[in-house]
Amino acid sequence: MGDPVELGAAYSDAGADELVFLDIKATLADRPTLVELVKRVAERLAIPFTVGGGVRSADDAERLLQAGADKVGVNSAALARPELITELAERLGSQAVVVAIDAEGGRVRSHAGTISAGRDATEWAREAEQRGAGEILLTSIDADGTREGYDLQLTAAVAGAVSLPVIASGGAGNARHVADALGVAQAALLASILHENPQRLASLRDEVRELGVPVR
Amino acid sequence: MNIAICGYGAGNVRSVEIAFRRLGAEITDDVGAADLAVLPGVGSARAAMAGLRERGHDVALRERFDEGRPIFGICLGLQLALDWTEEDGGVDGLGLVPGRSSRLREGRVPRMGWAEVDDRGAFYFAHSYAAETPHATAWSEGVVAEARFGSFFGCQFHPEKSGALGSLYLEEALSLSRV
Repeated sequence: MGDPVELGAAYSDAGADELVFLDIKATLADRPTLVELVKRVAERLAIPFTVGGGVRSADDAERLLQAGADKVGVNSAALARPELITELAERLGSQAVVVAIDAEGGRVRSHAGTISAGRDATEWAREAEQRGAGEILLTSIDADGTREGYDLQLTAAVAGAVSLPVIASGGAGNARHVADALGVAQAALLASILHENPQRLASLRDEVRELGVPVR
Repeated sequence: MNIAICGYGAGNVRSVEIAFRRLGAEITDDVGAADLAVLPGVGSARAAMAGLRERGHDVALRERFDEGRPIFGICLGLQLALDWTEEDGGVDGLGLVPGRSSRLREGRVPRMGWAEVDDRGAFYFAHSYAAETPHATAWSEGVVAEARFGSFFGCQFHPEKSGALGSLYLEEALSLSRV
C-alpha cells in the first residue's frame, strides 16, 4: 500500500498517538532492511514508535532501538522462550517491551496465527506481565479484518487479568468501535481501515472525541 | 547552540538527537563544554548510573551543576538527577536535585500513553517510577511531571515523543540554556 516511511510520516502529521510497525515477513535475511527502514521512519516522527517482527534476542531489540524505535514488540519468540521477555526488560526497561498476543477463541496462536500455542490468552498475558512485559498488544484473530468492531469480550478479559496497559487490536471499522475499545483497553490499534486512506485518521479522532472519549 | 547527550550505552537516544537537530541544535560529545547537557531517559537506573560513571558523565555533570550550567533530564534522566531511586533494588542517583524516585503504586504500571500536564496539554509518558521532590514545577494526574533545581531542569514525559507540543517544549529548553 505504498512507502512505509511516507505512510508513517502521514500518520504522525495526522495526529496519530503512536505508530506500530510489524514486519510480517520477518526473515533473518531481511533484518538489515528493517533496521534501515526504522532509521528512515524515525527521522520523520515525533511520536512513539514500536517495531516488531522476528525479534528473537535482546541484541535484535537493541539494534532496533538504536535505529530509532522506542519500543520493541515480541510475539512468537516470546512464546517459544518466555525468558526473552525478562532479558528485554532488563536490557531495555519494561516500558520498551510490548508483548503481542494473537488470539482466536480466547486461545493464543503464534507465527502469524498459523500455529496453536496451546494456551489461554489471559493466562499467557499474566505470565508475560510477571516476566517483565511493559504492554500487551492483543489482537483478536476472530475480529481482525471484519471491521465490525473489536473483540471486547476477549480484550476486557485480558485487561482484567493484568495490571499492564493493554492495546486492543483487530476489527476496527468506525469511531464507535474505537470508543468502545477504549472503554476496556488503554489504547486502540487501527490498521487496514486507515492504510487505504490515511487522511481518515484526523476525522476519526474527532469522531471519537465527540463520543466523549478523551483524545488529545 | 550545541548540546551533549549523556548516553549510557542502552536504548534509543536517537529520537532525542533527531528532535534537537530539527530545532537547529548541533550535537557534541563534550559534556563539559556543551551549551546544554541532556540526560536522556531510556533503560533502567542501575545500568544507566553504571554507564554514566564509566563514561565520566557523572563527574562532568556535577561540575556543570556546581558552575550553574544547564542540564536537562528526560524521564529516567530526571530520576537519575535525584538522590536515590527505588528502581533495581535501590540505586544512588547523581544527587543534584533533593528528592527520590519511587515506584508508581496506582493505576496500570508502567504508566504509558498521553496524559495532561497541568493546563499545558498532553505529553507522552512511559514510566514505572516517579520523582518525589519539593522542587516539582508541574504535575500530571498526581505524578510529578517536571522539576527544577539550580541549573537542572527535567521532565518525566518524553518531549521528543510528544509531537508538536513536545517540540515547543524542547525549543523552550534550548532558549532557557541560551545565556
